[in-house]
Amino acid sequence: MDLSSINPLILLASIMVASTPILLAAIGEMVCEKSGVLNLGVEGMMITGAVCGFVVAVETGSPAIGFVAAALGGAVLSLLFGILTQYLLSNQVATGLALTLFGLGLSALIGQGYVGIKAPVTADVNIPLLSDIPVIGRIVFQHDLMVYFSIALIAGVWAFLKFTRAGLVLRAVGESHDAAHALGYQVVLIRLLAIMFGGACAGLGGAYVSLIRVPQWTEGMTAGAGWIALAIVVFASWRPWRVLIGAYLFGGVTVLQLNLQAAGVAIPVEYLSMSPYLITILVLVIMSANRSRAALGAPAALGRVFHASH
Amino acid sequence: MDNDETLLAVEGVTKAYPGVIANDKVSFSVTPGEVHALLGENGAGKSTLVKMIYGLVRPDSGRMLWKGAPYEPATPHAARSTGVAMVFQHFSLFEALNVAENVALGMEDPPPMRQLSERIRKVSETYGLPLDPDRLVGELSAGERQRVEIIRCLLQDPKLLIMDEPTSVLTPQEVLILFETLRKLSHEGTAILYISHKLEEIRSLCDSATILRLGKVVGTTNPRESSARELAEMMVGQTLHTPSRDSADLGDVVLELTNLSVKSSNPFGTSLKAVSLSVQAGEVLGIGGVAGNGQDELLAALSGESLAPRGAVKLKGQEIGHLGPNARRALGLLAAPEERLGHAAAPDMSLTENAALTGTIRRNLAKNGFINWSATEDFANEIIKAFDVRTPGPHNAARSLSGGNLQKFVIGREVLQQPDLLVVNQPTWGVDASAAADIRQALLDIAARGAAVICISQDLDELMEISDRFAALNEGRLTSPRPAKTLTVDEIGLMMGGAHDMEVAHVDA
Repeated sequence: MDLSSINPLILLASIMVASTPILLAAIGEMVCEKSGVLNLGVEGMMITGAVCGFVVAVETGSPAIGFVAAALGGAVLSLLFGILTQYLLSNQVATGLALTLFGLGLSALIGQGYVGIKAPVTADVNIPLLSDIPVIGRIVFQHDLMVYFSIALIAGVWAFLKFTRAGLVLRAVGESHDAAHALGYQVVLIRLLAIMFGGACAGLGGAYVSLIRVPQWTEGMTAGAGWIALAIVVFASWRPWRVLIGAYLFGGVTVLQLNLQAAGVAIPVEYLSMSPYLITILVLVIMSANRSRAALGAPAALGRVFHASH
Repeated sequence: MDNDETLLAVEGVTKAYPGVIANDKVSFSVTPGEVHALLGENGAGKSTLVKMIYGLVRPDSGRMLWKGAPYEPATPHAARSTGVAMVFQHFSLFEALNVAENVALGMEDPPPMRQLSERIRKVSETYGLPLDPDRLVGELSAGERQRVEIIRCLLQDPKLLIMDEPTSVLTPQEVLILFETLRKLSHEGTAILYISHKLEEIRSLCDSATILRLGKVVGTTNPRESSARELAEMMVGQTLHTPSRDSADLGDVVLELTNLSVKSSNPFGTSLKAVSLSVQAGEVLGIGGVAGNGQDELLAALSGESLAPRGAVKLKGQEIGHLGPNARRALGLLAAPEERLGHAAAPDMSLTENAALTGTIRRNLAKNGFINWSATEDFANEIIKAFDVRTPGPHNAARSLSGGNLQKFVIGREVLQQPDLLVVNQPTWGVDASAAADIRQALLDIAARGAAVICISQDLDELMEISDRFAALNEGRLTSPRPAKTLTVDEIGLMMGGAHDMEVAHVDA
């Protein structure tokens, strides 16, 4: 075992990169759930975003256009879920699971000719001055744009939900669709928009894996990140900043255990591999231990089918 | 028609849903400052009518005029900007949001939150309806919730205020204060459309009344000049019989609660605090109180859905606090909860299956774990016959029955199992007058046969009609029971917790 082979600087710097895909997917799903819709298809939307982003980036040579395509791909796939659940009133859990299976299959089909190709490189933004700060500059301020975009997105969602009228209406719809309908809000439209936002975010998260983190295309490469994102939303009690904590915690432990594996620590690999899941769940359970407060965070109409009957 | 005088005119409005005509050529008009009652049974079409005025439903034919000009609100937003505001009977508040947020959601153009909170404080003081804008609605009592709805409307300066059954959740004192507020508003020139089936209220508050039956207008009267009985018979279309009972001698104590404290399982619920009571065989104990003061929790503690500490619940002297619902059923304690769909009955299961759900034990409908379906169906048919449940047959889903019919089925299912103690919560909520009379009669009949009955209800008239003794729940505490015959309305109001902190509106009209 050689712990000195782990460079703490590189370790810390890679935490942000490892966490960003989950963070993006989780914040999108949080908005979706805040509107009262439980979309279990995050994994499917992520992998679809991953393949759309990769294919378009390779064809155009531009990672930026790739990310846009990934967001669109995720949103279109989520729209399918939206139409099924909001107009045809299908069961949200079953439809979400089907969406994951569908997304995995569809992405494998689209990505067939792209296995083994390298993605065009996304440049890191070296923020002047800040990135020159010793240690912190290297860890925090020398990443690609998507890392900062994802944090800005958390702040944006937080402000949107807390301060804007549209955010209030979104929360109201998730709290009681009957009351919102009685007051004249368009429940179905609002939920569709929230579902598509969730899809777009999941797509971005997937593309981050295929374009920056790996960066290559392989089948099923999101490897359960969508499920982790779903769990983080619940344990974060539907609060944006806690989603950030949850995602970074998971990313952090993942990177750490990979480094420990590489350093040959005398703990069986299986335990190291499961540690991110265990620790994330443990910490988030402790954070949401106060049951009544956690219940307050959960949108009361989550997963319930809305039909404007009279 | 005199257009200067009429605020809203409804002319020949018809709305049909598949299989039912909710409104059939309904016409009436409201003038500014008038308090106009819409009177009718459940299912008479009152709600559909006001939903059309509020822009939630569009009429199939007919027209509405607002100050003489055509009025066709496509959405509630349009109705609100015209000057129509509505206080709903149920579901228009969001429990996890605070008062100010709830108010903002019902306004067209809300000011920033801080200003809005300030205005809520001001209006609530002017009209004697104190409210803290920062509190979560889930923590408020039913009366306070209604204040939120009313203030939401008042902040928009409405010309026409629609109130859908506003008093069903209030104590008598709160009702008086609400009426004072409404009278002030009407003096200020606001027209009020008041929906209710409580006749005395309408007679004391309203200037005119339109009576609906099965979607049609059956009369327009001045309620102050008609007796409650005349109004009731116009509304129901038949003569009503008042439940009666043969007085039976009281027997042994059937149920005894001693210092029963149970924590509510609902984060917004009310926990029971040291509830003590006893009921004798042949007695009807009425338990009143404003909704959300521990009624659901009391029913759960009695039925066995929530377990009680040792020694707190005794049935015929036997400790039963640790027993679940089925064990208690076997001992003769049966219960019918308030929520019909989803609690008392499984909505998508047939009446036969629903009969099996509580009846298997006392009616021996199962053997070695297998249900005897033919016996169960006979039981369901017996309930349908004995309680005049209107349904094509026992294989129909519970959901397909109207509220009143399903309630008759649910109560009948328990009554026919010959309970020693029957606990019912809101037995006639949302049930039309003649079905309600039948249900009350059934409760009195089993009491006359020697069973004890605990009737939890928010309908005071009902409790006064059938109870021997009356007690009230207030924030999870039960008052000591008193003989119902000698109680006055004031005393009942005080037992229920009075008017909390409300005061009479002090606006100068």
